[in-house]
Amino acid sequence: MNKRIFAGAALLVLLSGQVLAQEGAATLYEAHVNLHDIASVQRGARVFFNYCAGCHSLEYMRYERISQDLGLSEKQVLDNFDFNGAKFGDHAISSMPAADATKWFGKAPPDLSLEVRTKGENWVYSYLKSFYLDPSRPVGWNNTVFPNASMPDPLWSLQGVQTAVYAAAKPGEDAKVEKLEINQPGLETPEQFDRTARDVTAFLTYVAEPNTYERERLGLWVLMYLVAFSLLAVFLKREYWKDIH
Amino acid sequence: MAAAPDAWKPRNKALVWIEDRLPIFGFLREHTIEYYAPKNFNFMYFFGSLALLILVNQIITGIFLAMNFNPSAADAFASIQYIMRDVQWGWLIRYMHTTGASLFFVVVYLHMFRALMYGSHKQPRELLWVIGMLIYLALMAEAFMGYVLPWGQMSFWGAKVIISLFGAVPVIGNKLVEWIMGDFLPADATLNRFFALHVIALPLVLLLLVVLHLGALHTSGSNNPDGIEIKQHKGADGKPLDGIPFHPYYTVKDLVGVGFFLIIAAFIIFYQPTFFGLFLEHDNYIPANPLVTPAAIHPVWYFTPFYAMLRSIPSKGLGVLTLFSAIAVLFFLPWIDRSKVKSMRYRGAGYKIALAVFALTFIWLGKIGIGESTWIGDTYIARALTAVYFVFFLFLWAYTYFGWEKTKPVPERVTMHE
Repeated sequence: MNKRIFAGAALLVLLSGQVLAQEGAATLYEAHVNLHDIASVQRGARVFFNYCAGCHSLEYMRYERISQDLGLSEKQVLDNFDFNGAKFGDHAISSMPAADATKWFGKAPPDLSLEVRTKGENWVYSYLKSFYLDPSRPVGWNNTVFPNASMPDPLWSLQGVQTAVYAAAKPGEDAKVEKLEINQPGLETPEQFDRTARDVTAFLTYVAEPNTYERERLGLWVLMYLVAFSLLAVFLKREYWKDIH
Repeated sequence: MAAAPDAWKPRNKALVWIEDRLPIFGFLREHTIEYYAPKNFNFMYFFGSLALLILVNQIITGIFLAMNFNPSAADAFASIQYIMRDVQWGWLIRYMHTTGASLFFVVVYLHMFRALMYGSHKQPRELLWVIGMLIYLALMAEAFMGYVLPWGQMSFWGAKVIISLFGAVPVIGNKLVEWIMGDFLPADATLNRFFALHVIALPLVLLLLVVLHLGALHTSGSNNPDGIEIKQHKGADGKPLDGIPFHPYYTVKDLVGVGFFLIIAAFIIFYQPTFFGLFLEHDNYIPANPLVTPAAIHPVWYFTPFYAMLRSIPSKGLGVLTLFSAIAVLFFLPWIDRSKVKSMRYRGAGYKIALAVFALTFIWLGKIGIGESTWIGDTYIARALTAVYFVFFLFLWAYTYFGWEKTKPVPERVTMHE
């Protein structure tokens, strides 16, 4: 009987595995984010607030919480991350007025508090790496991960300027981007920039779920307690059931 | 329960005073220490007590969530993030609630499958099964409304799709949909009433039904993996020979089930709270937007078998009818299956095969209903599986009505395997 149940459970796991495999339909780079590399998350925060926070808010993220979770002092956080004069307990709101943003970009830049929860780490990482010059777009930039995004490349000075190499166009269709090449080097080598993109992704992963550190730490204790509890329960059951045949 | 002269009395005098006026301790005793359950329960018998545990978890975590949740279309989404980030232990309470909701269905589906394995729905427990089905129905409504509350994209569009099913009702359909939503789209009014139903109305209904379910269970007594009635073999003391007092035997045994279940639950809560996007879906972290339709709209995994049926049928009216029939037919199962033998241990091969096919059909439909694949063939597979789902009941009736089933002899007394 139990064998059959386990076979059923195994089948369920197999089926759900298939579901997961289908999710990664778009070809994305692997972000390999490590939230426990606090230095990486801190670097990501610095890049985010210097290059992204001018337009994008973290509506649900307080500066104070960043300080607590990433082991930074109030002064460090306010000096390096807060360029709007916001208070320590305030949320990280961009200084760009939404009405102006809509006028400039057609759409106000989205809040990024939950970006990793909705799109995933790999998407964010790949998006940051996939901007290229495209004169046909209003702001002159395009992106292979999110085609026709209205956003210019915020990190071009670090990555350098990428241009697209197009594949031969089929009749009646636009040419497809085959690959991206760095045309004008930036301040960082490609390896360094991969690390930067990974750091920003790590920071946004943390922001999407700031309870991660506390959750994983607490989880270990809870599981250890439950294992001990279950063992005791097993012994208690055996003791009581000794005489039942 | 009327106190006979030689009725049991508590030892403590204060408790006797209470017992004389309200025989509460005698009642508890009657339903725990004096309730005799068969001694041969196996693994599949953990899920009833686990469902009760989850119900308690949902109510307690739900109370604390309701203290911090803001049921308005403008603030609901932000108040979830407030719970996740600013409320002390808010993330833990919410993950216990969301994981609990999904595990509730895992446990309930296994509990129902157990009934089909050992014939727990059959005479004399038909009413027990029907009340159980009502619990399942109330649970589906409760879960659906709970899923709408965070007011993300899937909340909004899921609500829109599910409520619009009522539009298939002839003549009054469209008016009915507006009446349910209180607006022309899911909006503030919808969210407010769903909140009221989710936190007050349906939990009360669920609790009442659970009490009735237990009452019916304790009237006919528990079935067991051999599907035989332990009350038919009583000792000189009037106690069933194959029965053991529920307390302490099954309370300590269920404690083991609780331990293992909580390990799994804690693992999900602390290390995989979205369960790979199945328990908490990625798209629901985008605030509801009536102007942007998500690429794929689908309900949470526990509804997807029925959703797959609905989607595979091109006519809306027919699809909705199929969806509701698929649930309704389950109510009649005790009368469709006419076999005198309860447990599949002693039933014909036809029943075992049909039950396995039925279970796989349900799981496969659920997989298609999640809608990750856009393969057109899935529509035809879903149609075929929907047919298999209903043919199961037809087969079951014919198989048992015309006496095609070759059952094995049922033992007089329960068998112990462990």
